[in-house]
Amino acid sequence: MKLEGKKTLWKEYQKEIASDNYFYARSCIRQNFFPASETTFLRVLREELGKTIHEDARHTTCTGIVYHSDLVTIETTMTVIARQFSLMTQSGYLNYVASCITSFGLYTEILDMWEHFPEMEQKAREMLWKATKREFEKPKSLAHASDIIYKFRNEIAAKSKYKLINLNTGQPLKVVEHIGCHYSKMFPHKGIGGAEYPYVLVGMIEAFGGEVVDYPERRHCCGFGFRQYIVKANRGFSIASSRKKFESMTPYKPDFILTNCPGCPYFLDRWQYAISEMEGITYGENGHGIPVLTYEELTGIVLGYNPWDLGLQTHQVAVEPLLDKIGIPYDLSQKYLGSDGEFIGKPEKPSVLKVY
Amino acid sequence: MKHVLVIGGGVAGMEASVRLSQMGYAVSIVEQSDKLGGKLNRWHSLSPDNSNASDLLGKLKSQIHQGIHKHLNTEVLSVIKNKLHFVVGLSDGTDLKTDAILVSTGFDVFDAQKKEEYGYGIYDNVITSADLEQIFRDEDELKTTSGTAPKRIGIIHCVGSRDEKAGHTYCSQVCCITAVKQAIEIKEHLPDSEVFCFYMDLRMFGRKFEDIYRDAQVKHGIQFIRGRLSEAFENPDGSVMLKAEDTLLGKPLKMNVDKVILMVGMIASAKTKKIKELLNLQIEDDGFYSIADTHYESTKSSVPGIFVAGACTGPKTIENTINDARAAAIQISEYLKQ
Amino acid sequence: MAKDFGYTISCDRQIDFDKLSRSMYLEVKKAEPSVDACISCGTCAATCTAGQFTDFSLRKFILLLRRGDSLSVIQSIDKCMLCGKCQLVCPMGVNTRGLIYSIQVISRRIECRNRRVVNKM
Ligand code: SF4
Ligand code: SF4
Ligand code: SF4
Repeated sequence: MKLEGKKTLWKEYQKEIASDNYFYARSCIRQNFFPASETTFLRVLREELGKTIHEDARHTTCTGIVYHSDLVTIETTMTVIARQFSLMTQSGYLNYVASCITSFGLYTEILDMWEHFPEMEQKAREMLWKATKREFEKPKSLAHASDIIYKFRNEIAAKSKYKLINLNTGQPLKVVEHIGCHYSKMFPHKGIGGAEYPYVLVGMIEAFGGEVVDYPERRHCCGFGFRQYIVKANRGFSIASSRKKFESMTPYKPDFILTNCPGCPYFLDRWQYAISEMEGITYGENGHGIPVLTYEELTGIVLGYNPWDLGLQTHQVAVEPLLDKIGIPYDLSQKYLGSDGEFIGKPEKPSVLKVY
Repeated sequence: MKHVLVIGGGVAGMEASVRLSQMGYAVSIVEQSDKLGGKLNRWHSLSPDNSNASDLLGKLKSQIHQGIHKHLNTEVLSVIKNKLHFVVGLSDGTDLKTDAILVSTGFDVFDAQKKEEYGYGIYDNVITSADLEQIFRDEDELKTTSGTAPKRIGIIHCVGSRDEKAGHTYCSQVCCITAVKQAIEIKEHLPDSEVFCFYMDLRMFGRKFEDIYRDAQVKHGIQFIRGRLSEAFENPDGSVMLKAEDTLLGKPLKMNVDKVILMVGMIASAKTKKIKELLNLQIEDDGFYSIADTHYESTKSSVPGIFVAGACTGPKTIENTINDARAAAIQISEYLKQ
Repeated sequence: MAKDFGYTISCDRQIDFDKLSRSMYLEVKKAEPSVDACISCGTCAATCTAGQFTDFSLRKFILLLRRGDSLSVIQSIDKCMLCGKCQLVCPMGVNTRGLIYSIQVISRRIECRNRRVVNKM
């Protein structure tokens, strides 16, 4: 593999990312899937980087999941999105940051549609006005939250307490990345590094001292789809997609999988459990799975945040072997205690997949 | 003596110059590089007869006599059209008065890096048809980057052609037969290898082309899979995983190959774009020059006194390029006699 | 015991070329070299009596052998009536009747071989 070739391509896919004053819109599913990721993002931006980032409790779903399941019309979707923009406008911000890849893709798609069909933008404005008496400005810049971490990756690396180095061997950890499909497959120029060789996560891994492994099924979807997971009868197709990826990455013995989408880490994590129960197969070392991290969790890890504050106890695949490799201390007795010190419950022990 | 300026010293430019000179015109050739012959300099052998590209080049060159003025390493800087002639300023300081101009600015090879998903310039074992000709020209063996003889080779048709994404919707004409030619050459060099061509349609339009295709299957065991390469990935051992649909079976297919050869298409040359501005010529959506009439006046441009020949009016075989050059010479001579 | 979540992992439809073996095609080709001339035009399959009523398609079977899916061919090759119409229409001069006959013979050989393996077990 010639890195130079990739670098040439990466140069063609750069985009302006605002450097401060963000309006943040959360994902509707991430807080259940990886509960501490968004909190960690805000903490890193505010406490480590000293940025201003605003949230508005009135914001809603972007409708992405139902839109992609064909349950709402484009008119509904664009009006909901217009309302999100109006919240941003109302609070005096111009730089919209989406936590969710599907939202980011959908915002990009709607903005692109409005550019090509101005009458649709007009329609959105009218519908929003009729429904809520609200008006909006379009964002000056639209970014995915991983773009922001990417932008400040070197600043974060400079503050980091840990590097992605295996303590025992002194070698960089091997990391495979998985980019959410809607990050750049629809609009390659809206993603750092484009669609074929996206750089957004690669840049973080490199900055944090790890080694990126490019594996053959890297571009394959994690299998979440929308109706593919939501409709139980379709789940076999969803899990088979993830399995295709695991089988492709396993020969490279990755230390973990890094993701930037709400759905991917969830499915790449949980399906490892499901596959182990259904087929008795595990993909990591010694009967473990391959740990899956969100980019916020990774950022928190290198900054030395307490693993349980990062929500790593909610992963199905145990993250402890990875923490051990990096040399991060953790207290197992605290693992299942909530931030208020109350016991939050403990998952059932899987029959095949090894956990701590 | 009337004078003709030929812009571009490739196959078309050379052949037209010789013919015009034989007809009694004074001829000057302007060539941007340091030698005549254009892309022929970089090719090894030609379809359908497997003749040496250098033999043909030698034949063309041997006819370029002293009387034909060569301006190598030279660019056209300015052109002013007077009533009956053109005044042309060249980068070597020459100012020429010419009665007619033949534009033969040829084609550029499609830059395979633009098909990002094929990994040219990124994956070690992905090369282009032009690279392979160079290997054969240099009498090198086709090898993987780890130095071994490839056991399985994938040849990819239509790279940069018939592809709206790549910006070129037309067919480049010559790459199907080039693919089959190169597949056979590979089998001759490496009889134990397996060679697969991934194609959408096989355009074997020329005389003998279909026979060569049949030989490729029957005599050389080359296999054809109908399906465009969708994406390629590098495996840990440097081999490349190809994904295409086997459209005749209606199923997705993946195959690991040790070497990939991309059949890069012909695109309008950068020179064509430049000269178009200087001469006020028209080009079509495909980037190639417009011609006065497809059937009857294929070498006449949109401007009186300016003629066009060869691949600057669209992809062509060498046979058609040479015929085009001769047709242009006749058309120019008719014009000059008026 | 495999847990039942109410769904199963879908089978991969992708032809994994490296996992399949083309040995049967090579055997067939040895017996009937003209098979190599087939260009998948489908003329044979369009005229075929068997193909009107069953999934028989000589074009497809040749391709399946070339990709390495011998099993599907072995299972269906006996549906041919050996009428010879395909031979009449093939533009590439493939000796189709001889080819089908060879595939049948080789299929039997393979089936016998497999049976022997099963008996030994
Ligand atoms: S000649 Fe063949 S390979 Fe070339 S563009 Fe046309 S169809 Fe494609
Ligand atoms: S010989 Fe067999 S395959 Fe050929 S047309 Fe007759 S029935 Fe069909
Ligand atoms: S008619 Fe002949 S060439 Fe056409 S698919 Fe049948 S066997 Fe092949």
